[in-house]
Amino acid sequence: MTIELQNPIDIGYIESFAEKNNEPDWFKNRRLEAAKLYETLPMPKPDKTKIEKWNFTDYKQHTVENETDRSLDELPEKVKALIDTDKDVKNLYVQHNQTRSFLKVSEKLQEQGVIFTDLFTAVREHPELVKKFFMTEAVQVDEHRLTAFHAALVNGGAFLYVPKNVVVEEPIQTIFIHDNGDAPLINHVLIVADVNSSVTYVENYVALNDDAKGVANIIAEVVALDNAHVRFGAVDTLSKGLTTYVNRRGHAKRDARIDWALGEMNDGDTIFENITNLVGDGSYSDAKLVVISSGKQTQNFTTEIVNIGKRSEGFILGHGVVKDEGTAILNGIGRIEYDAVGANSQQENRILMLSEKARGDANPILLIEEGDVYAGHAASVGRVDPMQLYYLMSRGIPREEAERLIIHGFLAPVVNELPIESVQQQLVKVIEGKVQ
Amino acid sequence: MAGSTLTLKDLHVKIEDKEILKGVNLEVKGGEFHAVMGPNGAGKSTLAQAIMGHPRYEITKGSITLDGQDVLEMEVDERSRAGLFLAMQYPSEISGITTSDFLRSAINAHRGEGNEIPLMEFIKKMDNTMEFLDIDLNMAQRYVNEGFSGGEKKRNEILQLMMLEPKIAILDEIDSGLDIDALKVVSKGINSMRNEEFGCLIITHYQRLLNYITPDYVHVMMDGRIVKSGGPELAERLEAEGYEWIKEELGLTDEVEQEA
Repeated sequence: MTIELQNPIDIGYIESFAEKNNEPDWFKNRRLEAAKLYETLPMPKPDKTKIEKWNFTDYKQHTVENETDRSLDELPEKVKALIDTDKDVKNLYVQHNQTRSFLKVSEKLQEQGVIFTDLFTAVREHPELVKKFFMTEAVQVDEHRLTAFHAALVNGGAFLYVPKNVVVEEPIQTIFIHDNGDAPLINHVLIVADVNSSVTYVENYVALNDDAKGVANIIAEVVALDNAHVRFGAVDTLSKGLTTYVNRRGHAKRDARIDWALGEMNDGDTIFENITNLVGDGSYSDAKLVVISSGKQTQNFTTEIVNIGKRSEGFILGHGVVKDEGTAILNGIGRIEYDAVGANSQQENRILMLSEKARGDANPILLIEEGDVYAGHAASVGRVDPMQLYYLMSRGIPREEAERLIIHGFLAPVVNELPIESVQQQLVKVIEGKVQ
Repeated sequence: MAGSTLTLKDLHVKIEDKEILKGVNLEVKGGEFHAVMGPNGAGKSTLAQAIMGHPRYEITKGSITLDGQDVLEMEVDERSRAGLFLAMQYPSEISGITTSDFLRSAINAHRGEGNEIPLMEFIKKMDNTMEFLDIDLNMAQRYVNEGFSGGEKKRNEILQLMMLEPKIAILDEIDSGLDIDALKVVSKGINSMRNEEFGCLIITHYQRLLNYITPDYVHVMMDGRIVKSGGPELAERLEAEGYEWIKEELGLTDEVEQEA
């Protein structure tokens, strides 16, 4: 097996790939710079999980080809279930491994000047925007080895730009399908919400092939300029064989707001980080995360909000369910920088343990360099509350059903925030399947 | 059939090695309202929780039967489906589950698979009952007891009572912490249940509730036993004179008070 592996970073290959992909020089050069950095940078160090032996970077081939431009009807059932097909589908991008399968942008959005397309089309057609924001404001290429790996080898993704003062009413949806473990999913979503704009975006990562082994390296960058509001929802359901690095990053300018509702339902080992930098005065973020670890999987989740702007406010909620021999670490970090006067940093991280062999940790961290602030945290690790169980059972609900209700209730904070009904229902179904 | 019969015989209950109930005998039949009164620490709430099957209480001796069926052999949910209901003094808060979903699950658990309540019928029944109890209709979509005021929690207990229509209900201090308006509404709900079939055991610390719900029988509980039973007039005398005269009559001593 190992003989077939491609050297993760092959300069010659990157050049030819960029060429074949018709990438402009500036993008190709960024790849090459990142490739150079790859060797020198250390791996990320998630708190309380050792990842030395995890494979984040070995793969067989960089890309695979799938059918392009299919109709909605031709999409796999599992994917169709995520789309509100009974309503008129307005704005949707579907990608199958590295290939664009479907793209629709409503006329209204086009008239408003909204750009919504696959990443490489954006690189070619909107270089001024992508160049300015791709791994420059939110995520930096040189943060660690996996960000450099990502920048050097990114092979898919989407781009969304909402112009100044534009309010997008309908949610914008992307679905990234993975079913071939040979090619790594190195996917990048870049969202730029210009001054005073507002948009709701929902993404799904879906595995069709449960056996696919491989790596996923996912980055989403959300840049909210002054007074913009971005609601970001995501449900990840990648397969057991994938080792996944997920990085969803927010960058909020003055009075901007970024809200996250993230359902992490991967079956494989996952390192996850969701960091929001509240750069501007009066900026705001509400970061909600629900996760389930089952089987023998190990997952490490870090949600961090950095208060830089004055009177900026960050709220973290993380709820994790652990069963079988699964491990879930929830790190909640509230960081208030010097001069962030009047900032507010609140967090709540809770783990519900469903079995003896499960491992869970809720790890609250507050790092505060300014005196005139508000901060608070709550964390707990525990079993299903016997008093809640008793109460439900005293109304005739059998024990198993009562436990099921309590678990769904525990994970409801994210389910309820997802703005697309079919995605909501799908998450409920995934939860159902995982906890039964 | 004129309702069910709940029978307690020589019931002994302990919690964490401390014996609380020391031989309680009681029978509640359909159509009857019983009140159990007594000073703090007499074992009134333990009695309620033991009947429902609270996990912390251990039955060491005696029996509980419902129409001859052994209640102690039943799981908590089976007791409910057999026809028992406990309105709790401190109901749990359950985040993420709406009151409406909770109640529908409960009703369907009672009705069984294949016989689920039609959604429209459920909504209508729930709306009507909430209106009857002066409950804000938004409560249906709020999470179970989460952020509820004391009064809202008690009304929610009565809402569940009226929706589930048990054979025998035990109300554990349903009146505590209620203002007079809420007390009237809660009493109205309980009185609306009164019929030949429905039996009720009302546990209370205060006679006040019995101004609104007239019991057929009043029992006085002290130190883990029912020490005196009578009609509604007994409750009035307790309100007027306290519990001292009963202690004297029975020759009971109260160690704590003696020390003081």
